[in-house]
Formats: sequence, C-alpha cells, structure tokens
Amino acid sequence: MTTTGINIHTGTAMPLNQANVDTDQIIPKQFLTAVTRSGYGKHLFHDWRYLDQHEQVPNPDFVLNKAQHQGASVLLTRENFGCGSSREHAPWSLDDYGFKVVIGTSFADIFYDNCINNQLLPVQLASETMDQLFAVVANDPAAQITVSLQDQTVNVDDLSFTFEIAEQHKTNLIKGLDTIGQTLELDDKITVFENNLPEWQRA
Amino acid sequence: MATTLYDKIWQAHHVDAKDVEDANNAKKTSETGEEGLIYIDRHLIHEVTTPQAFAGLDEKNRKVRCPQRTFATMDHSISTRSLALDACGPTNKLQLQTLADNCEKHGIELFPVGHQKQGIVHVMGPELGLIQPGMTVVCGDSHTATHGAFCGDSHTATHGAFGALAFGIGTSQVEHVFATQTLKQSKAKSMKVQVNGNLPIGITAKDIILAIIGKIGHAGATGHVIEYCGEAISALSMEERMTVCNMSIEAGAKAGLIAPDNTTFDYLEGREYAPKGESWTQAMAYWANLASDKDAVFDTVIELNAADITPQVTWGTNPGQVIGVNQPVPAPRDFSDPIDKDSANKALKYMDLIAGQKLSELSVNNVFIGSCTNGRIEDMRAAAAIAKQGKVAPGVTAIVVPGSVSVKQQAEAEQLDKIFIEAGFEWRLPGCSMCLGMNDDILKQGDRCASTSNRNFEGRQGRGARTHLVSPAMAAAAALAGHFADVRDYQ
Repeated sequence: MTTTGINIHTGTAMPLNQANVDTDQIIPKQFLTAVTRSGYGKHLFHDWRYLDQHEQVPNPDFVLNKAQHQGASVLLTRENFGCGSSREHAPWSLDDYGFKVVIGTSFADIFYDNCINNQLLPVQLASETMDQLFAVVANDPAAQITVSLQDQTVNVDDLSFTFEIAEQHKTNLIKGLDTIGQTLELDDKITVFENNLPEWQRA
Repeated sequence: MATTLYDKIWQAHHVDAKDVEDANNAKKTSETGEEGLIYIDRHLIHEVTTPQAFAGLDEKNRKVRCPQRTFATMDHSISTRSLALDACGPTNKLQLQTLADNCEKHGIELFPVGHQKQGIVHVMGPELGLIQPGMTVVCGDSHTATHGAFCGDSHTATHGAFGALAFGIGTSQVEHVFATQTLKQSKAKSMKVQVNGNLPIGITAKDIILAIIGKIGHAGATGHVIEYCGEAISALSMEERMTVCNMSIEAGAKAGLIAPDNTTFDYLEGREYAPKGESWTQAMAYWANLASDKDAVFDTVIELNAADITPQVTWGTNPGQVIGVNQPVPAPRDFSDPIDKDSANKALKYMDLIAGQKLSELSVNNVFIGSCTNGRIEDMRAAAAIAKQGKVAPGVTAIVVPGSVSVKQQAEAEQLDKIFIEAGFEWRLPGCSMCLGMNDDILKQGDRCASTSNRNFEGRQGRGARTHLVSPAMAAAAALAGHFADVRDYQ
C-alpha cells in the first residue's frame, strides 16, 4: 500500500506497563467482521477499557481512561507486545486511536511486520531503558518524547537512547514506499523464477 | 556447508538469483537478517483477513497474479448450527459475501459454507493435498504453521508438518502475495526442538506441544523457525504432527516444520491436489532430500524426554502457563523473573484460581472440542473413545465441532457422532467456532472451559470467560467428570 512517510515524531506517552499484551486484548474478535481498514480505534483494548460490552462505561482504572494521558501518541509497553494472531486490525486500531509510535522491550514477529506495513513505528529498547521511560512518565505525564527514525533515537528530558531497526524497514517507513509497486518492478524476475520451476511444481 | 531444512527451502525460493549467490557466499547460510524476495507456492485465504487486501488491489487496479495457487474457504465467521450465511447476523454475512464476490472477480477457487471441501483453512488445505513438502505456504492466519509452510494466518505453521515453510501474515502482506506471488522476508533464526524416546500411553501431540511451550515460554521462539525432530516426533501421524506445528506460533515462532518422511508421503499419495504419475515420481525424488544435514548448526537447541510428558492443562492466560494435570496451580513466588511473577499474579486473578489448588477440584461448565489444532478425524476418535465411557456431567455444555466437511462425514461414517450425542455432547457443523468466537459460539462472563483450541488469552472465548487448553481426550474426560481429570484413568 502507498502511504506517507514518517521520520520524527514528538508526543506524550501512554504507559501500558504490562508484558505479553496479545492481539485479543488489542482488538477482540467481535470487531474483526468489518471489511474496512478504519474505525477500530474506539474498540482498542476493549475488554480492559470498558466495563460493559457496549462500550458505554469506561473502566476508570485503565490507563487509556486516565485524564493525564489523554492525547498521548506514543505507547509504552513491555515484552512480547502483539503476540497471538496475525490480525492487522491490531496496528489499524492503534493507529486509528492516534498512536504513531509503540516503544516496548520486544514485539511478536507478525505484529512487528504489520506495524511496518502501516507506518506505525515499533521501537525496541532494553528492559532497563523501559524502566527509565516509565519512571519519567510516572513523574511527568506531560513529558514530550521525541522519536527520530532517521537518527534512531528516543529523547525525553535529558535522556537519550538509540534503537536498532532493519535498513529496509527504515527506508520504507521514512519514504512511505509502495512496497507492492516496488516488487512489481521485479515482475520479469518473478516470471523467470516461475519458468525455471520443474513442470510438477508449476501451478 | 551443512544446512538446515529451513535453509534449503529458503534458498530454493529466492526469486532473485543474486540473493542466492549472496547466500551461498555468506559464511553461514543460516545467518539471520538476510533479506530475500521469496516466492510463495501456496496461498490459503479466508473471509477475515482478506477484504481489505482485495480492496487495496482494486484501488490500484491490480490483479491477483496466480489465482491458481490461491484457495479460499469460509471458516472463522460462520455458524456451526446453520448453513445460512446470515445465521450470525448481517455483518458476518457481508464479510462472507465479500469473500465470495472477490473470489469470483479474481478467479480464485472458493469452498463456501455447504461445499464438500469446506473446512477450517488449516484442516482443509492438508486434507486436499494442497500442502506439500518443500513448499512455501502463507495465509492471513497465525496458525498457518500447521503446514510447516509460510502462511498469512498465525496458525499457518500447521502446514510445517509437511516439511513446508508455512507462516502467518497480515493483510498488507496478503495483498502483496495477491499482486506478486512473493513476499519480502528476513531470514529467521533456527531452533531445533528434539523430543527423545517414546510417548507414554495416554499422552498426545497436544501434550507434547504444550510441554514444549511450557518449557521455552510464550515468547521463547520469537524470531525463530522451529524444526521438530526426535523419536517421539517421527512416531507421530501426520495429523498429530499438524497439532504440534500448529501451535509453534504460541511459542512465538515464525514457523514450525518437520522433515518429510514415509509418513508424510503415505498421507499425501492419492490426495486430490497431490502430484500424480510421473509428477509424483519427480516430486518424491525432490522431497526425499528435504532434511537438515546431520551436522547442520541451529541457533538454539531444546531437548525434551517424551517419558517426562504428562497430560497438560493450561492454568493461566497464555499457553506457556501450563502444568501437568496432577501438579498444583503455581504461586507467583515460584517464578524468579519479575515479569513472569507479575503475569502469574494477573493470570491467577483473571482465572479465579488459588495457588496450590488441584486441577481435579476445578469445575468446568463448558467443553469445546475442535479448531485447527484439534479438529481432525483422529482428534474426533480420541475424544469419542472417552465420551463412550460415560455421560456429560450435569451443568456442563459440551460441543464437538469437526474441522471440515470431510472430517464430519468420516466421523459420521464411523458413527462417532452417535457416541457424542448419546453421551450428551452437541455435534455441530465445521468451522473455527469457539476457538475465537467470531460466530455465536461464545462463552459468558465467568464460564470455565476445557478447550482443545490454541489460545487461552483473556476474553478469547468470550468476555470474562476462562479457557484451559487441553488435548481432545482430556477435554472429553473433563466433560464427563465436570472437572479436570487425568485421562490415563480412562484408558
């Protein structure tokens, strides 16, 4: 898909201090029957966020409902975020809610790829570094976190951290490339590959 | 240099010859981070993860490059009580109708509700012979690993059972495969999981994979492709191997595979989409060489002894939180890692359990037998063998959902349906059903379910409901007892 690129983002953080947040928590199954890519933000973290199934009664104890964290665009979490299903509805719902960056200790593989394909930047930092970020936000919920994809840095207050990301992912995120369009330019090579397959492997 | 089965399949599917050359020149072919454009042999699709991908194609006026390599089924959003597309409401109907319209438009073969070949995507694919050794298979579903191939559904790894590289993908990647029949992929790390010795009586493939996940953890194989091997794995039937590979994703693995052998070839021969005649001979010559070299090096090696495996039951809210049926529910203090301790605390609270509690004292009011993990004919037979020994306990609702029309018909030919119904189980139509409850097979707040599915996440089977993952025989035993019971007492 074609998308516009991302490079530097600054915003406040939502501290979801929990490991193993699975895709069923991010967006439960009853919302997967839709045939569009948009409109999932209001259902994000449904089971934790609402006390009732009709989403009329917010759970006051859940971090997304705390007044001091309204408007946050950087999600802080822990290890193995996005584990479980391959549903791309997970990054769609995070994006639709307003998150631009997710910073965590580690991510499930399929979820990570799905983020990259939706211009949602996944940033992986060490557990001790996450401790520091959570501490900053606990102390000052209005702290502005700046994430530079170009420089591969996360800055908040006087703290600065660097993160790793594959070159191909970085390029695609910054330029917002149409990855399918890029591959279609290799159409001749794909055809050659197919023609070289033994007869029994051809479809 | 020595290569793994994963290395061999990876290299055979590089579209760009230069990539292959680079790989050959690399000091270690299993080096991770290597990027490649990988050709996809088989693309399985269903209604949930495809509508947005088809819409993306339409927006750009692109077409499906290889409709003949693509097969569709309806499974997630369908009723298990009625063949009507609107049986679960207008939204589900629209999603199912959208799949039918898109398949029609793009010339993709679809097995809709009511079709002889319809079934859960990871049950239907293998039984038709669509999944073969050495293939790359993808599906917009995480359980594609069943096929040991690349698949766009997190359970696509099911197909790894055939020695295929199968993994789950997201919808954007489904669109990429539609348009190009390829995927850009980074090479994963390799993990060997060896299960030594013979399985004790009463222990199943489900117990093996749950024990593995319990040992390495819910994220223990993240970034890896697992190859399962050892005597206990070699001795498994194809259906049992699919159960093992299917839950690779539950350990975080990209894919799980098992080298093809005579068990694989015997299963495949004669199936509708398997090669025939001279093609079969050529295929066999190729498949026979699909194995890791003896001295291949894996990034991680895990070993288990089959003799140590007992009937497994999950107690928590991820599949790594699992114990033997006779072990007490653990306490948070039993975990040294602070994150595991915290997770255990939360899980005990959600599951309404007390540390030290015995599972045999834990009442269940629901039992679900089915899913892409355990919805095949051997699973039906294993559950029926227990079901015929008694009646479903008062207050327990137990449903049996075959994985496909073919499984349903075979079970009925063997009169397994009668055994279930006489014992008090409900015998339903094929589909994903209560594994994730995208239809009306959902649990209520506070319900406790013994389930043969693959995920015990909070709310997975219904808001506030509690799921315990077990084998089909253990699920049937829980239905009769009204609480968890050691299936070895029923043998």
